[in-house]
Amino acid sequence: MIGLHHYLILSAVIFAIGVIGVLIRRNLIVILMSIELMLNAVNLTFIAFSRYLGSTDGQVVVFFVMAVAAAEAVIGLAIIISVYRHRQSLDPQEMQLLKW
Amino acid sequence: MDTASLLFYLLATLLVIASLMVVFLRNVVHCAMALVSALLLIAVLFVTLHAPMVGVLQVMVYAGAIMVLFLFVIMLLNPAALEQQPGLWWGFGTLLALMLAGVLVPLVATNDLPADPVAATELFGSPEMLAKSLFNDYVLPFEIASVLLLVAIIGAVVLAKREN
Repeated sequence: MIGLHHYLILSAVIFAIGVIGVLIRRNLIVILMSIELMLNAVNLTFIAFSRYLGSTDGQVVVFFVMAVAAAEAVIGLAIIISVYRHRQSLDPQEMQLLKW
Repeated sequence: MDTASLLFYLLATLLVIASLMVVFLRNVVHCAMALVSALLLIAVLFVTLHAPMVGVLQVMVYAGAIMVLFLFVIMLLNPAALEQQPGLWWGFGTLLALMLAGVLVPLVATNDLPADPVAATELFGSPEMLAKSLFNDYVLPFEIASVLLLVAIIGAVVLAKREN
């Protein structure tokens, strides 16, 4: 039988893969996609807890996470378009104007 | 091993493969397609966890709306031509993430957690029960979320507008 810890371990692995994506990729769009992957790993945890504790609160929280993730994706992609217009690049390592 | 376990292990394996493809494929469009498949697999996991409403929303909002937005930006900017080799943080980043997984996995595996799900009623996870919860206990967060989405729309229009 599949217990709650199976789902938690799966979520932890997906979250860690998302962290790898944020740390090693040099493309802003893929970094944003990795963040979406991490948010989904957390959503999976919420749904698993809601199932194993018999409460719908976890599912309601996932609604709000989805709303915030949609807002985050929209703003993030708008910022990426704006940055690309100014610098013709999507490489985060070239964005260092604030560094001295 | 029963069918439920078999289904879980199949979905988990496919999900990990799809996630690795999101992170390690070179072509950005391929990454987006791998992310769509990962999101659909997570939606199937939601359905197996008695959350059909959230699963449907996952397909519509994530795999539908958000991924279309990503693909539009990819087509607009054509980043495939700009893709470079991974930077000098490749090994360090992977090591750091493996350490994170090495901390998280034993942490959740050793705690005594409920091994069997609570017996679900007919209504569990249905739109009816979720709506009751959303519009009774969570009305204020719901309204705040609608304001947040409005702010995001205005912010996106202002940010992406051409400045002349």
